[in-house]
Formats: sequence, C-alpha cells, structure tokens
Amino acid sequence: MSSPQTARQILDRHYLEIRSKILDLAASLDRVDRAGKDGTQDDPRLAKLRSGIELLLTPGTDRAERVQMLFSDTYVENWMKK
Amino acid sequence: MYFIDPHVHMISRTTDDYERMTRMGCVAISEPAFWAGYDRGSAASFHDYFRQLTEFEPMRAGWSGIQHYTWLCINAKEAENVSLAREVIKLIPEFLDRPNVLGIGEIGLNKNTMNESTIFQEHVDLAVRMDQQILIHTPHLQDKFKGTHMIVDMLRADYRVQPQRVLIDHVEEHTVRLARDHGFWCAMTLYPTTKCTPARAADIIEQYGDEQIMVNSAGDWGPSNPLAVPDFIQEMRKRGHSETKIKKIVYDNPLKFFSQSKNFRFQAPDITYGTGKP
Ligand SMILES: [Zn+2]
Repeated sequence: MSSPQTARQILDRHYLEIRSKILDLAASLDRVDRAGKDGTQDDPRLAKLRSGIELLLTPGTDRAERVQMLFSDTYVENWMKK
Repeated sequence: MYFIDPHVHMISRTTDDYERMTRMGCVAISEPAFWAGYDRGSAASFHDYFRQLTEFEPMRAGWSGIQHYTWLCINAKEAENVSLAREVIKLIPEFLDRPNVLGIGEIGLNKNTMNESTIFQEHVDLAVRMDQQILIHTPHLQDKFKGTHMIVDMLRADYRVQPQRVLIDHVEEHTVRLARDHGFWCAMTLYPTTKCTPARAADIIEQYGDEQIMVNSAGDWGPSNPLAVPDFIQEMRKRGHSETKIKKIVYDNPLKFFSQSKNFRFQAPDITYGTGKP
C-alpha cells in the first residue's frame, strides 16, 4: 500500500509547512546560542540534535524511523536470562 | 463517519467531551486502567477506581449514546511497587465478569525496570488463566524501542499467549514491525504535542498497510485531544484514501479485535440511535 498522492501533490501541500518547521528549528537553535555560553555547547543532547539534522539530508524513505532510533535507548538481547 | 476510540481515559474528561465525540461520530470507546497523575496509597483506591470504570463511567457514556468498555490492571508506573501491585492483581478477578470489561490493560513498561517486568508477567499470567484479552502500554520517547522489544520478548516466552488476542499500543515508526511481525495487533496514539501526529500515523498506514492496526487518542488529564481520531480521518481523506479503507482502521478493526472478548456486545449505531432500521 502506498500514497494515493503524487510527489508533486505532496510537495505542493506541504512545502510551506516544511519551510516553517525548518524556521522553527533554526530559531530554537539560535535561542540556545543567544542565551550565552554556560557549557551547554558540550551537552550530549545538542550533539544528538545535530546528528538528527544531518540524518535528514541522507537519502531514503525511512528517515523518520532512523531519527527514532537515534533517540532510542539500546535494547540488550537476552536481558531476561540475567 | 462512525468511529471507535479504542484507548481513551474518559474518567479524566468531561461530559461535554462525550457530547462532542458523539457529534463527530464516536459510537464506542474502550478505557484502559492507567496512572491518575499521583501514586495511589492503597489497593482500596484501585478497588474504587475499578468500580468507577465498570459502574458509573458506562452509565455516563451512555447519556451521550456512547458504548463504554474497559480494561483493568495496575499501570506500569505504579507496578514499580511490587507488593501493592500484587494486592491489586488479586482484586481484578471479581470484576472480570462485569458487562463492559474486555480484559487486562493497559499493562506494560514505563522505565523498563525489572519490577515492572515482574508485574507485567504476573498480569499476563492472570490474563491467560482467566481467558482474557490483553491491552499493552509501551513506554514513550527514548524508552520505547527497548521497552517494546522487552514486552515482545516476555509475551513470546509465554507459550500460552495468543498474539491475535493482544494489542500493543503507542507504536511508532520504529516499533510497528516489532508488534506486527509476531502477529500482535497494534495501535497508534495521536498526541497534540511531542509524539505521533495524524500525518505520521497516515504515513505508517501507507508504509505498513491496514491489517491489525488502529488509531486512538489516549485522551487523559494531560495535553491530549479526544477528537484525535476524527483528525486522522480528515488527514486520510485529504490524501485521497477511500472511505472503506479509513473505516477499516477506525471502526472495523477495533470491532474485530474486541469481538474476541466474551463481554463485547456491541450495538451497531443504527440500532443505538433507534431509527427502527436494522
Ligand atoms: Zn493510556
């Protein structure tokens, strides 16, 4: 099963919405930087966010799933046997 | 379009919400037992809660023409207190024959701890011994993938569990296959902020199909929207999906899953609204 919409229709419908989400991201990161230097630049969460943004520029149809995995704890096989 | 919200905590919502849901086409809901926003002090509080879910709440839903079903358990958050959880589990059997009880839920994991896992397995044991269906809460955010995997491991380790009688809830892009590949039903929860949106739920349907899957609002006392299922319907319509396909997800699928419960006596909407027609 796939989308009944063409890529063109999807882009027409969502272009301004995607643009606005990019602006939200940009402004949020600006806000963190503008608030000054208090060591936050080394916060691992910022590094995760950066990796997430880089992931958006890779090809594929599973970016959402890969972003989810980036922000997920690791599952340890055989945990029940411990 | 008529719809069923298979996961909504109506005791935290107003009668006005029931009225708005009816006007949008809601004909039935199912309400799993959950965390009240604070840890309850004793098993007696759960006894009262189960009475509310099986006595007053179905009556209140009925005032708006909505059929109310429920699931009983101690939620994963409070299950961290193992001795309290065991007392609560002992209370459940006396309620299982009440006419709106569909099974055990929403059990699951919250922080993926060993205590939560112990109580999860004890709930599953109760469900299979009492021939009950199971509704499962999976953790949110960074705990979700690991927790869903642990839940699937525990279910598969108990050979008595019939996957088609188990619903794994709050699946997202990275957990939907875990649930479905092993034959479990699954559901996507639509939240106004931070979690799955109607658009992403529609994407998941487009990628993984419409078998053994449903959508819910999980409306509760926090930021949530009891009209989220109609939002999903609207999103699917805008994309050009057929009414038949949409109805399958928001009406036929919950009916098919719930019908495996002996207490599920659904009245189709035309009969409920007394048009005289079958
Ligand atoms: Zn819930």
